Amino acid sequence: MAIRGIREYDGKKLMAQVLDRFSSKPLGINPNYALVTPETDLEKLPVSEPWLNTTRLVVKPDMLFGKRGKNNLLKLNATWDEAAAWIQAKREETVTVSGVQGRLTEFLIEPFTPHPEDKEYYVAMRSFRDEDVVYFSLKGGIYVEENWDQVKEIRIPTMKDNQLVEAKSISFAGQLPIEGAEKALVEDFVTALYRFYADQGFAYLEINPFTLAEGKVIPLDLVAKIDDTAAFEHLDTWGTTLTFPAGFGHHLSPDEAKVKAMDAKTGASLKLTVLNPDGRIWPMVAGGGASVIFADTVADLGYIDELGMYGEYSGDPNEEFTYQYACVILDLMTRKHHPKGKALLIGGGIANFTDVAATFKGIIRAISQYADKLREGNVKIYVRRGGPNYKAGLEQMRSLGGKLNLPIEVYGPETHMTNIVPMAIAALQ
Amino acid sequence: MTQSYQLFSKNTRAIIYNLQVNAVQRMLDFDYVCRRDKPSVAAIIDPNAKQGGNHKVFWGTKEIIIPIYSSIAQATRRHPDADVLINFASFRSAYATSVEGINEPTIKTVVIIAEGVPERRARELAALAIARNKVVIGPATVGGILAGGFKIGNTGGTIENIIESKLHRTGSVGFVSKSGGMSNEAYNIIACNTDGLYEGIAIGGDAYPGSTLLDHLLRFEANPEVKMLACLGEVGGTEEYRIVEAIKEKKITKPLVCWVTGTIASKMKGEVQFGHAGAKAGASNETAEAKNRALAEAGVIVPNSFDDYGLKLRETFDKMKAAGQIPERTLPDTPAIPADYNALKAKGQVRKGTNFICTITDDTGDEPLYCGIPMSKVVEHNMPLGEMIALLWFKKRLPAWGAQFMELVLRLTADHGPCVSGAHNTIVTARAGKDLMTSVATGILTIGPRFGGAVSGAARQFSEAIRKGQTPLEFVNHMKNTNVNIQGIGHKIKSASNPDIRVTLLKKFAKENFPKTPHLDFALEVEKITLTKRNNLILNVDGAIGILFLDLMASGGDLFTDQEKAEIIDFGILDGLFMLGRTIGMVGHFFDQKRLRSGLYRHPMDDVLYDLPEPSELGYDW
Repeated sequence: MAIRGIREYDGKKLMAQVLDRFSSKPLGINPNYALVTPETDLEKLPVSEPWLNTTRLVVKPDMLFGKRGKNNLLKLNATWDEAAAWIQAKREETVTVSGVQGRLTEFLIEPFTPHPEDKEYYVAMRSFRDEDVVYFSLKGGIYVEENWDQVKEIRIPTMKDNQLVEAKSISFAGQLPIEGAEKALVEDFVTALYRFYADQGFAYLEINPFTLAEGKVIPLDLVAKIDDTAAFEHLDTWGTTLTFPAGFGHHLSPDEAKVKAMDAKTGASLKLTVLNPDGRIWPMVAGGGASVIFADTVADLGYIDELGMYGEYSGDPNEEFTYQYACVILDLMTRKHHPKGKALLIGGGIANFTDVAATFKGIIRAISQYADKLREGNVKIYVRRGGPNYKAGLEQMRSLGGKLNLPIEVYGPETHMTNIVPMAIAALQ
Repeated sequence: MTQSYQLFSKNTRAIIYNLQVNAVQRMLDFDYVCRRDKPSVAAIIDPNAKQGGNHKVFWGTKEIIIPIYSSIAQATRRHPDADVLINFASFRSAYATSVEGINEPTIKTVVIIAEGVPERRARELAALAIARNKVVIGPATVGGILAGGFKIGNTGGTIENIIESKLHRTGSVGFVSKSGGMSNEAYNIIACNTDGLYEGIAIGGDAYPGSTLLDHLLRFEANPEVKMLACLGEVGGTEEYRIVEAIKEKKITKPLVCWVTGTIASKMKGEVQFGHAGAKAGASNETAEAKNRALAEAGVIVPNSFDDYGLKLRETFDKMKAAGQIPERTLPDTPAIPADYNALKAKGQVRKGTNFICTITDDTGDEPLYCGIPMSKVVEHNMPLGEMIALLWFKKRLPAWGAQFMELVLRLTADHGPCVSGAHNTIVTARAGKDLMTSVATGILTIGPRFGGAVSGAARQFSEAIRKGQTPLEFVNHMKNTNVNIQGIGHKIKSASNPDIRVTLLKKFAKENFPKTPHLDFALEVEKITLTKRNNLILNVDGAIGILFLDLMASGGDLFTDQEKAEIIDFGILDGLFMLGRTIGMVGHFFDQKRLRSGLYRHPMDDVLYDLPEPSELGYDW
């Protein structure tokens, strides 16, 4: 739950669908966009989107990264056949953008609008704690950064004269550095766009550039981030189809995908990011805050290269999910052995109300199942936890060590939470 | 007189939005161990309780009542002394209710527990709070605690942990963090390394908390009771730089031990969103490392890693203690909180006799069990209705023909027209405008020895006769001599020449399906004798059902013990078959009358013979 990027396709579709609600006169945003995903049948696409056959087209990857022109990932002024051939060639191609490698899987197709380069305008909006800021410039496109001094910034405070400022009361008439025939249209557009931005849960919106043609606004390139927690306020416009794709190049490993699928099935939280499959320190930590701190401490003590994963389990997952989650981690860390062994940190702070002994049940089952592999891999286990019924939980862990002949060291709240990190590091030397 | 830097005292009272049974009890348990004079919860708002109400809670060993209101306005009007609103509203309604709270003149502090409040709404709440001179803690927070004085909601965890972490009495350390999940741990660290917590606040993990780390540090700075400051920051945002500025401007002068968590973030490739919405570094100065560096340069005591956090607290505290800057504190005498029954039970440390026993159904698991069989299996195996009834009534698995017999009985008894007592009563009651339950109940109440109830009676008489080894003739004579009517014999309308089709069907089914029918054979011999007396003394449907049930029990081998057979008859369970079947018809009659919009029934006077005594016959001269 946070601020998340959305596809250019979704941003433009939303604009085309909703922007006029915030404007006194129609702004005529083009409604025709098509998104190509790995499931899209290019042969059938023109059936549902007949405009593809009647207009010249622009095609570009739509995967939350920019600089597509510079990376030669932009096809302009194409017929449908050319566009389809281009997509067919690029589909599944692996490219490197800004140092991140990934496969091209999603593409946006939209009508091509020829326009002079000096008619590329810039508008962007950002939110801060006490204000929103609108940025506008007549020098948009690739030149905006070198002409940043010509960008007009307009601040809209959250609170004015002891009253919350309502977006619908905001107008930029007479405030933008533009004169002439297009003044009214641009003012209307930026005003409506801000109201749209504030109303529709955006946290960042940049249209660079947009141009004007035949009395209409044409957004050429759009980047947007929205606050996904606002979804409940916007079911009518976001619908159920608005997606929040993972960043470019972010592909889940089978183990990560398994945990993600488990996470989706439970009301609790189960997370796994594999950092180094050959790592020797594996933290299985309860709670979001504590899990970050355990990973921090491994890194801060100089052993980030040995850190196998980042993850967390919290929100009281039941025994079965805890067991499965533990199995994923135990499996990962016992696939390869290291002559000096490895360390499993079963860590956590003092739980509020979660019964510690109960959550340990699933972990104990997993450890019992992997006991042979853990012994073969010379894995040392360190436990530190507090909270309801922790004494019984720690005692179970202690006796498990004896029963399975595994080195398990167990600590409670009297020991500083992360003390098991330096212990584990020392034991791996 | 409370100072502006004091949000809470030992007299602070709160209004809780949404009925949070556990949180309220935990607050009161805390109050009790702190020996507060008054409970910290003044009132509860339950927007669904339109009429208001009361909530019962424990105050130590006693129970007390906390009033429930349906709106914030009502609660604040009735409890003007409560200046904290603890808002447990969901993320959907947290904004509107918090705005309402901020705008209430008697409310000074609004705590927003909900996670997932949209950022724009959170920003508006923060701005509104400043404009109205109020303090908002949260959203997405567990709250906070004034040690020994006032506890917000679930802060501090269990009462055992609160006492172990010495949160029930005051210490010297003012602590603020983003994370609520880590606050218990932080309080434990503070308890282990200093004289304990003075006050702790979790501002919440969102990007735009209503009050900031700095806001609370400045309150602690102003409060002479707070001797040293502790803080846990987080990767993302620039809030910690405001602390740096405040130190440079000498707005913070007390020793501050601070650590910004999330140092791992900048060392990892790609983007990993940590648990908190605000925990994401957008710029290089928002990394935990950059912020820790800036804090250290400003003179804040910053450990090398979280692992030294306790150590730094201890060093700082010991130095101040040695310099005489820390007052002596004694541990107060703490009353024990009676253990919670459910918690002890979970640990196996307490037991209690039950008042009820149930041996047929268990609804304590994931799905109800019928005599141990999960409901899903009943459906999956398409268990016949008759078999299922026998399972719940007799705790027996009937053979297929037995289950079919049960269903046959239900079919044959489902209805018998509007004129019989049960249907008649149902109809009259329905026409008097009464509801389904009442109407059908009046019908069921007529079932007894004269209507439908002969099932048990017949079964009892015939089984006894056979048990005693009487011949049919001996039985008939015995009944005649003792002047007892034979139950299950005789019909008002039906006769040997006009047989009851229901009985015919029952007999046919039994002959074709039952392994043997000794009771039926006996009853048919009895019928032959009674028919010689009168043409309508036939085996009737009640009798047939009761007698065939005896055959069912007798044919199942060891399925029923003699005692069980006797009990089934004695307890009147067989009448249950008739009642169950006939209820179908009575419900039907009720609906029929409702559909017909039948008016009130009044029996015609000319259908009643009026024959009253003379008053003089009774001794009256009136």
